[in-house]
Amino acid sequence: MTIMQSFNELVHQRQQRESAKRIRPVETEVTKLDVRNLNFFYGEKQALFDVSMTVAERAVTAFIGPSGCGKSTFLRALNRMNDIIEGAHHNGTVLLEGQEIYAPDVDVVALRKRVGMVFQKSTPFPKSIFDNVAYGPKIAGQRNYKTLSEIVEQSLKRAALWDEVKDRLQDSALALSGGQQQRLCIARALATNPDVILMDEPASALDPASTARIEDLIFELKQNYTIVIVTHNMQQAARISDWTAFFYQGYLIEKDHTQKLFTTPKKKQTEDYITGRFG
Amino acid sequence: MSLANVASPLTPPKVGLRLQKQFSWVRAREAGVRAVLVSCASLSLITTLAIVYMFFTEAVYAVAPGSTAFFQDVSLWDFLTDTEWSPQFADKHFGILPLLCGTFVIAGIGSLIGLPIGLAAAIYLSEYAKPRFRRAMKPVLEVLAGIPSVVYGYFALVFVTPYVLRPIFQSLLHIDVDIFNAMSAGVVLGVMIIPTVCSLSEDALRAVPRGLREAGYALGSTKYDVSLKVVVPAALSGIVASFLLAISRAIGETMAVSIAAGQMPRLSLNPFRSMETMTAYIVNISLGDTPAGTIEYKSLYAVGFTLFLITLGMNVLAQRVMKRFREVYE
Repeated sequence: MTIMQSFNELVHQRQQRESAKRIRPVETEVTKLDVRNLNFFYGEKQALFDVSMTVAERAVTAFIGPSGCGKSTFLRALNRMNDIIEGAHHNGTVLLEGQEIYAPDVDVVALRKRVGMVFQKSTPFPKSIFDNVAYGPKIAGQRNYKTLSEIVEQSLKRAALWDEVKDRLQDSALALSGGQQQRLCIARALATNPDVILMDEPASALDPASTARIEDLIFELKQNYTIVIVTHNMQQAARISDWTAFFYQGYLIEKDHTQKLFTTPKKKQTEDYITGRFG
Repeated sequence: MSLANVASPLTPPKVGLRLQKQFSWVRAREAGVRAVLVSCASLSLITTLAIVYMFFTEAVYAVAPGSTAFFQDVSLWDFLTDTEWSPQFADKHFGILPLLCGTFVIAGIGSLIGLPIGLAAAIYLSEYAKPRFRRAMKPVLEVLAGIPSVVYGYFALVFVTPYVLRPIFQSLLHIDVDIFNAMSAGVVLGVMIIPTVCSLSEDALRAVPRGLREAGYALGSTKYDVSLKVVVPAALSGIVASFLLAISRAIGETMAVSIAAGQMPRLSLNPFRSMETMTAYIVNISLGDTPAGTIEYKSLYAVGFTLFLITLGMNVLAQRVMKRFREVYE
């Protein structure tokens, strides 16, 4: 079986899963994020070159590419996480539902509540499980304990963690396993009630079983959320995403329906990368 | 030759190759370097042990025949419960409480001032300040730490008391302020511990992984939220350790307090009166004409020993807290 065929197989399996769950087909896309001519710089060094891309609502868009190709930088530009890096600047536009997120009157705190993020390394705060999930609503001003516990329960359920931790919500989050910590971080991101969730290699530090759980979770979440995921695992991109974008050396080489990109890539570089000829 | 060896793995070993130890200059140098390093490392340990031994023989149990140690003359019970300290008067009393009281009132005032300001400065430097400003501020703090404590004492006596405390408390609030008083000593002590608190707390804050801050920001936190609700709790044990070290330094501080607070052992909580700390008493007796072997002389060791135990306890506690802090993020 050639590599192309094996990708085809993966995509096919996924479609069967989707139709089994009666998830609507990918054709009825609404644009959630619209990026136009984005150039991004860390000081003198340019990390992204003239990237234009749309991200579809309630779908999973995966970014693939070798290390240092700009996929993480692009992801972090979508909720202005790069703002906190000294010397980072950009030009171009990033529209979230038609609104420029880099406009001077945009409240970056409000933006990040709508565009949540999950990181490669799980980052639980050194607090209890409950306080971790309740952190977002609390800083947003929610003081009512009953409301907070409802949010915590709902978020943990959505992140498929509730059954494992419901009896020990007051335990330290640091006592959880790596996979549980990562799902806790997803629950924490869900608790602020975002529309878009950005994931930066959320499963790359996990064992295969935990990775499978995260992937199942992403599958569930896309019914309600727009998900953008950076991964350097191409099989993962093929398994979970509707759209895949390939980055190379700061350029967006190609973005297409996942099945098309993996089976009939238009660009030579994409084909070389997914068949393992470099990267 | 070596090439030949590599090329042919079957070359037989040289006959008569000696593996036994032999004298050589290289080996002698290794042994010499080792000896020098070991003795340097032992020196501080030996000094500490010698100090403890001296405390023990002068304060607890005399070794030399015919002499007695402090606690062989004065009962431990009197030492801990008597409310008067007057070793130099005809009616001698040896109650450590007034000295402990002076020490803790002054160290307490110093902590109330120095710890919050030091922590706030650390949070500013670690979370808010631009890197360039931080680089400029660090040496300034070290200068503050390098000012001799006698200067602080003098500053308390000729500036803090007459130009700060007296106008506020005596003229405005009609509370008598002695020229030597615990408050002025506490104030300068607070300033003195700011660099310690600031520098160590800042290290603790900056050791918090960047990922934790990013996670905070990604959840819609403001800088204030991230600093106070994410970074400070994560660095808490490091901050507590810096507090303990600073308090331990405040308790052990000598020159500033003996100049500013005076030499009047007093069991009182009024910070505007003159008080004597354990360290100030030691200075007082050491500089006076106290003949060796007298009870006043021996009381020096009893006080010193008490002080040693208190600061040792604080430092051990700080070490433990620090250790826990390291375990969390490694």
